[in-house]
Amino acid sequence: MQKTPEQINEDLLRPLQGTGNVYRVVLAFFVCVVIVAGYAFGHQIDNGIGVAGIRRPVFWGFYITNFVFWIGLSHAGTLISAILRLCNATWRRPVTRCAEVITVFALSIGAAFPVIHLGRPWVAFWLFPYPSERGIWPNIRSPLLWDFFAINTYLMGSVTFLLLPMIPDFALVRDRAVGFRKKIYSALSLGWSGTPKQWHRLETAMHIMAIAVIPVAVSVHSIVSWDFAMAPVPMWHSTIFAPYFVCGAIFSGIAALIIAMALLRKFLHLEEYLLPIHFENLGKLLLVMSLLWVYFVASERLTAWYGNEPAEMTVFWLTQRGSFSPLFWTMVFCNFILPFPILAIKKLRTITGCVIASIGVVIGMWLERFLIIVPSLSRKYLPYSWATSAYRPTWVEITITAGTFAAMVMLYMLFSKFIPIISVWELKAGQHPVAAEEYARFADGQTRLADELERSEAGAE
Amino acid sequence: MAAPDSIYGLFPGPAAADLGLNALRDAGVAREKIVVMSAEPFEEYEFAHMGSSVAMYRIAACGGIAGGALGFLLARFVQTAYPFPLITGGMPLVAPWPTGIVTYELTMLSAIVTTVITLLITTGLPNWRKGKIYDDEVSSGMVLIGIVDPSVGARADLEDRLRRAGAAKIKGTGRFARGG
Repeated sequence: MQKTPEQINEDLLRPLQGTGNVYRVVLAFFVCVVIVAGYAFGHQIDNGIGVAGIRRPVFWGFYITNFVFWIGLSHAGTLISAILRLCNATWRRPVTRCAEVITVFALSIGAAFPVIHLGRPWVAFWLFPYPSERGIWPNIRSPLLWDFFAINTYLMGSVTFLLLPMIPDFALVRDRAVGFRKKIYSALSLGWSGTPKQWHRLETAMHIMAIAVIPVAVSVHSIVSWDFAMAPVPMWHSTIFAPYFVCGAIFSGIAALIIAMALLRKFLHLEEYLLPIHFENLGKLLLVMSLLWVYFVASERLTAWYGNEPAEMTVFWLTQRGSFSPLFWTMVFCNFILPFPILAIKKLRTITGCVIASIGVVIGMWLERFLIIVPSLSRKYLPYSWATSAYRPTWVEITITAGTFAAMVMLYMLFSKFIPIISVWELKAGQHPVAAEEYARFADGQTRLADELERSEAGAE
Repeated sequence: MAAPDSIYGLFPGPAAADLGLNALRDAGVAREKIVVMSAEPFEEYEFAHMGSSVAMYRIAACGGIAGGALGFLLARFVQTAYPFPLITGGMPLVAPWPTGIVTYELTMLSAIVTTVITLLITTGLPNWRKGKIYDDEVSSGMVLIGIVDPSVGARADLEDRLRRAGAAKIKGTGRFARGG
């Protein structure tokens, strides 16, 4: 049954109105994990980057793995939301904001990792192209500087893509809030009143943003892939890397979105809004991406194997049957063997099934990022530079990694407490009956109203 | 700041709101004096097309081109600004690939920023001033159709027309506020 605007307001604004003890306890737990991670980072600043497990020649370990993973995960939101918006997929409406929030937080967390990875993070601004007193500009030929431009553009685009449709919802909360909350939401709503001009401009702006954000999202992960592919390192220097990374990013992004939606559905009681059909549709997308991912992995591996180039084969066998093989086969299991049957068989493609597949994919995609980075660096072209011992992450890296996952959950929880996690106005707009039906329904009521007015006027006379 | 003088009706649905709009037009109310507000966009209805159009796509494209030009100049400058002669082994000093990437990213960034600025300027946001026509019931699903600065003599007629068109409530601001 279709809900009235008032019922929709009631349901979707409920999470903003009260906070239970379970919420507080869970939030406190994640805040504690973030604080511990902050302590670990402080320890690293105090004692130097040597407290991390990165050693010559493996200078990129957990931190850069996390960087690539989080940037990839950020493709859940804005890209998927923009594609669905442009395709005018009506089922997207309850999903878009859940997705866009993931992008903004994941991108912010991901962008923090190059800074965490720096030995001296307080001089991170030296990487920025600004007219310094030293008269030195960063080397624009470095893919790391391309990252700077790409990630900032995507972050800016994603933040505005998230914020613009939130303005009418802030106005909605403003009209129901009192006291200090009313002041806050009044400021956030920018004085939105819902005139046709405002609606028209907002929708046009969202359309333009959707068009602009898709190529930006593709460029971001292409550029992240070029951090690797532009370097003459075995198994990195490959033309397939950009589409391979973009595919993996969307893959992990959809998985993260499914997990987030399932948690929101359960804990915010959004069962009537986040329907099984949403999970089913996203599950199908995840299935397609799983197949694409396995195609890319097979293409990459087959080309390396058939080429039989010694340096590449060293890394190849290290991952296929060497010390990294348990991780490699776990990755294949998580990214393909587990999700494929669950998502391919309709009976298994339930909400629970989609969540199990998605958890597998998120784990698998993190392992994939790790396996791209570490094995190649430990077996570069010249054997004298090979790592004499395997890379082992220290407690600092593990704690900071755990802290970023906790930070993601914490930020998501806080967001859903202050802002409607489903775009209220977009949901209502998706429920509009056909205008002709509405006119007919209204005309019926109008005839009765006119009769009443006539009767009351006759009575007055 | 006091609210402007206005009379408005709150309509329970978009079809009624369309009739309200037509009723005001029939009464000879000028287009620029009619205000419409709703809690969601109703593209299918006439009242939703009261706003004037702006070439937002073209403005965004122009912003993108300007940003791209700026990006190219920045990338070119950064590569030629070294305080020493850079030896490139015969390769171009301004490398096309990195310059292209920076130009591309700043093109898109500028298009996005231009779109946001256009949206804010053309819709008059932010507008935090008090005393504008608005009713909290709009967010409950009512559609507001009203007239700004109507003549005092026309009040009864306009209210009657709005009521007959299906307005659930008739309200006013300024001189037309209830009890005012």
